[in-house]
Amino acid sequence: MVTVNYVSPDGTSRQLTAEPNVSVMEAAVRNGLTGIVAECGGSLACATCHVYVDESWLLRTGRAEDCDDDLEDQMLEGTSEERRETSRLSCQLVLTEELDGLTVHLPESQI
Amino acid sequence: MSDDILIVGASQAGVQLAASLRDLGHTAPITLVGAERHLPYQRPPLSKGFLTGAASAESLALRTRDYYHEQQIDLVLGERVTGIDVDGGRATTDAGREIRASRVALATGSRPRRLVVPGSELTGVLYLRDLDDAAAVCAALHTATSVVIIGGGYIGLEAASVAAASGVRTTLVEAAGRLIERVAAPVLSSFFLHLHQGRGVDVRLSRFVTHMDGHDGAVTTVHLDNGEAVAADLVLIGIGVTPRTELAEAMGLQVQGGIVVDRQGRTSDSRVVAAGDCTLLPHPLQPDVMVRLESVQNAVEQAKVAAAALLGRDDVYDTVPWFWSDQGEVKLQIAGISAGYDAVVVRGDPGTRKFSVLYYRQGRLIAADSVNAPADYLAVRRSLTARATMEPGDVADPAVPLKSLLPT
Ligand SMILES: Cc1cc2nc3c(=O)[nH]c(=O)nc-3n(C[C@H](O)[C@H](O)[C@H](O)COP(=O)(O)OP(=O)(O)OC[C@H]3O[C@@H](n4cnc5c(N)ncnc54)[C@H](O)[C@@H]3O)c2cc1C
Ligand code: FES
Repeated sequence: MVTVNYVSPDGTSRQLTAEPNVSVMEAAVRNGLTGIVAECGGSLACATCHVYVDESWLLRTGRAEDCDDDLEDQMLEGTSEERRETSRLSCQLVLTEELDGLTVHLPESQI
Repeated sequence: MSDDILIVGASQAGVQLAASLRDLGHTAPITLVGAERHLPYQRPPLSKGFLTGAASAESLALRTRDYYHEQQIDLVLGERVTGIDVDGGRATTDAGREIRASRVALATGSRPRRLVVPGSELTGVLYLRDLDDAAAVCAALHTATSVVIIGGGYIGLEAASVAAASGVRTTLVEAAGRLIERVAAPVLSSFFLHLHQGRGVDVRLSRFVTHMDGHDGAVTTVHLDNGEAVAADLVLIGIGVTPRTELAEAMGLQVQGGIVVDRQGRTSDSRVVAAGDCTLLPHPLQPDVMVRLESVQNAVEQAKVAAAALLGRDDVYDTVPWFWSDQGEVKLQIAGISAGYDAVVVRGDPGTRKFSVLYYRQGRLIAADSVNAPADYLAVRRSLTARATMEPGDVADPAVPLKSLLPT
């Protein structure tokens, strides 16, 4: 099992565990965490699963602009929340053992 | 009167209803009954990743089994609610179970419209609505040598993408003169026509199926109205859906090709709400027009207000409808509802496979279809959310980001 910490804008955090190969979005939504909306269920169509990866994890998750497919990058440009270097769409962040303990920060709003 | 709430239908709308009731602080019993035996799941991947094999059945789950348990949502799967007596405060299922229900949410969804022609009952003639259907289509695709898809709507086109990519001979038959005619401008229809033809799909427009022939009970040939016979060992029918309204009718609720609800999701009985594909609802942005919507976003947003209504609140569904479709590497995203448009602006060149069609009515932006152009889609969705518009003269130049035209 892999553990993920979700930190809300007000600083409260919630820890969830999931199997490897589940995405950061899926782990949140399936357990009823509401800060990630994920209207499209992970189809890379809605941009309502935006998170900021904690700086210390960025090397391991990679940055959106480095992905082969630039859809994620373009979608992140379109949201109303600030686009940061650490911005990712959490449906594209698939959990592996290496990401055990990952911390992500939730934006104020989704899209 | 007890506080027990019964939700009929455990899919996008039903699950959201249950979750929203708990999020809003409702603590009394909730029973969520679903006729399918699977843990509630998402349907969109059934014609996309699940068909290609990229997504497993387990990966489609909307929530974990534990979630229902933790939230004390009594999930009853594999049973169908057959009767509801709101006055008496109870309902029954086909398994003989009695459920207490002083308030009810109907989230019964829709079923595929059947094609009734001679031979349409043959083995190998399939539909695509639920997980069992999709598993059957998946298995049939593995052995099929020639597939005929009937219906050039989104599901038909998505299935054609998968079939053609797997190397099977694929024919798509559409009765209308162009693809996705009901919801899209001609420029988008011709884009998809060329896309699918380029992938080897044999598209037959303005043609309908007169009958099918088989051998030993299994389909072998589809006959078209021009006398042509197309060989087929798999026929997939995607000609639209019909809302499931039988329960609502039996309860005496107002039904007009969909369970009639108001902007709060209430039916004609104040103790009963409805949400999702089964409803006929006021257009979220133009409430004097009644519409039927078939999308995840609609099911979820309607469910949220309907849950609030059950608890006596007055939340209104006024968020922007949106939809998406994946056809191979082409992603279509739609913001707003284009029905009733009187002008369009094409932004970008369809030949590049990255462009948007913006729809206007009386000079105001009402919707956009974006192909591989997610930034355009998001900007239009945000513009509609802000009840703003974008001048037709400003949107045509793809070098100007639509985002820069949003009100500040
Ligand atoms: C193949 C496919 C692809 C799709 N792709 C997209 C897409 O890309 N984007 C998008 O936005 N939308 C898509 N949709 C549409 C979307 O899935 C639906 O709009 C959505 O599922 C509607 O949710 P719902 O809860 O209203 O109804 P449904 O999902 O139809 O669920 C209703 C449930 O209620 C159950 N039920 C009915 N009557 C009873 C009863 N009496 N007792 C117990 N249970 C009952 C049914 O068995 C069913 O499980 C797609 C649909 C399909 C089939
Ligand atoms: S869940 Fe929709 S883009 Fe990630």
